[in-house]
Amino acid sequence: MSDATNPLVTDIAPPAPGYWATAGRKLIRDRAAIVSLAVLIIIALLCAAAPWYAQHIARTDPFQSNLSGTVIRHGKTVEVLAAANNPLHLGIEPIGPSWRLGPYMLGADDQGRDVAARLLYGGRNSLIISFISAGICLGLAAITGILSGYFGGWTDRIISWLLDALWAFPVFLLAISLSVVLIAHGIDIGPIRLDASSLALPITIIGIIYVPYVARPVRGLVIGLRQSEYVLAAIGIGGPAWRILWFDILPNVISSLVVFAPLIVALDLLTEAALSFLSIGVQPPAASWGTIIENGESLIYTRPIVAIAPGIAIVITVLALNILGDGLRDALDPRAKLRN
Amino acid sequence: MAATILRRLIHMIAVLFGISVLVFLIFFATPGANPADRIAGKNASPQTIARVEKEFGLNRPLPVQYVIMMKKLFISRNLTSFVNLGEKVVPQVFKAAPITLSLVSGAAVIWIVFAIVIGALAAAFRNGWVDRTLMVLSLIGISMPVFWVATMANLITQGVWHHTWLFSWVPPLGYVDFTASPLGWFKALIIPWITLAILYIGLYARVLRAALIETMQEDFIRTARAKGLTERQVLLRHALRCSLVSVVTLFGLDFGVLVGGGALLTEVVFGLQGVGYLTYQALETLDLPMIMATVIYASVFVVVSNAVVDIVYAAFDPRMRLRR
Repeated sequence: MSDATNPLVTDIAPPAPGYWATAGRKLIRDRAAIVSLAVLIIIALLCAAAPWYAQHIARTDPFQSNLSGTVIRHGKTVEVLAAANNPLHLGIEPIGPSWRLGPYMLGADDQGRDVAARLLYGGRNSLIISFISAGICLGLAAITGILSGYFGGWTDRIISWLLDALWAFPVFLLAISLSVVLIAHGIDIGPIRLDASSLALPITIIGIIYVPYVARPVRGLVIGLRQSEYVLAAIGIGGPAWRILWFDILPNVISSLVVFAPLIVALDLLTEAALSFLSIGVQPPAASWGTIIENGESLIYTRPIVAIAPGIAIVITVLALNILGDGLRDALDPRAKLRN
Repeated sequence: MAATILRRLIHMIAVLFGISVLVFLIFFATPGANPADRIAGKNASPQTIARVEKEFGLNRPLPVQYVIMMKKLFISRNLTSFVNLGEKVVPQVFKAAPITLSLVSGAAVIWIVFAIVIGALAAAFRNGWVDRTLMVLSLIGISMPVFWVATMANLITQGVWHHTWLFSWVPPLGYVDFTASPLGWFKALIIPWITLAILYIGLYARVLRAALIETMQEDFIRTARAKGLTERQVLLRHALRCSLVSVVTLFGLDFGVLVGGGALLTEVVFGLQGVGYLTYQALETLDLPMIMATVIYASVFVVVSNAVVDIVYAAFDPRMRLRR
């Protein structure tokens, strides 16, 4: 019987939109989350444009110290690093910000490097590190959480014990211990050789330390799914484990991972900044927002902008990530409806 | 109850063992450089490296090395630094602990009080402008890196506005012992306290607000309303009390982590020579024995305080006892 011949079926509602479509529509209506997303995209684009900015606007190399350079300000030639304005001329005073697009828009740091250009380059590193390490964290958490939740038994016991030990370890000290051991000499695992100056080192360290934070809830979720009727049915008809994991379990885990993603990126960004501030993250001459703040600390009373600017960049980025995380949770978590 | 405690203690010992193995592997078995090179610190002489190899038994099998390290840390407690020649590491950690404890407990008082006030206000005026403003502020508080806030606090109180009436009372950076001068102790710590508290105020206020809103839909709240209590009494006497449970659990964990060295960044920027500061100094010279000691002691502290929280929790809430 076709629909056209049956009068009862003609005014039936169109099929309900799928889970992701509903979530997407909810997210678009969440104005704060959309604005945050836009802010994040703008920041990422700005940071991606760092080489262009350094070449065409700052017109200096932000990785070369410029101790004796000069720059034209208000028609006058000014030294980038002047002797400090005290009776003994002790110390140096980098040039201040001009607040208009051009060389030294945000002034210079203690080595005469353009702060604005370094801010963009630093942001590039900070964002690369936090996004990739968040990816590593979510990937590892999904694998360990799903395996230990689905198979149970000894697999579960061993993974849970490992996660418990990692969880009880104060995150910060774990990151510090790993960094301090690796940063001085790099790491060698068979054919893989990571140099101390490579970004891969902080990425790996930061990627590992938050795994338990995501793996535990994933494990809980999978234990629940394992008992659900459709999974039991799939096992009952003799579906191979990989197929059940891939087609029945994983799609359900992904929405939790999506909710966690912005929050983990935010955590990773803050951790990277803290490690770099302690000079065990990104190694000079490369920059990140954390290293620039560390640089600016010595100039805090003469040129505070060097420390203020990267801090504001971090706060805006992390704030946007947190708001986006809230929005995603509201859109994807069905229980969120009950809560508010 | 006894079974719960016993099980929790066994779990604690298992985790402690796991952590000590983890620390050992990180410091002694990470592929890359020779561990003796690392432990001896920057630019060590060949003699020092040879001494390290002998002292830590680095030519012997890994399990023996592990036992030697544990013995040095907990039994003979004679782990010495190779950077500051001959300095014993463990007593230094214990000397620094009271400073960290002062910093963290003061901050804890501030963050608990403010978080309760803000969380309760936000829940009482749910979805109004008060709630929205407070929650945006909390979110900003969570999003700020603590070392940056500390640097900004220094800029304001020690630099820009130090010579105005507002901040002229702020003493130079550093710690003042409580027994030497209680007022000096308070003055030296008040800015660090507030700085450290900001993150947790934001965090706890958000958690408390969510818990309060959930509790307000419970049946016993409807009963309280039905018997004629005012909305304020319902919120403060009944809902708040029940919601504080989630905050108390969180508090036990965070307090442990902070005392164990999580306050490192705050200590560094404000020049307070606590446990975290020791770790930081050791980082500068790559003084591994010192870092080993602070990391191990911190983890012990965190794990033990977690266990205490769980046991106290089980004592208060019978539902927690039989859970696996």
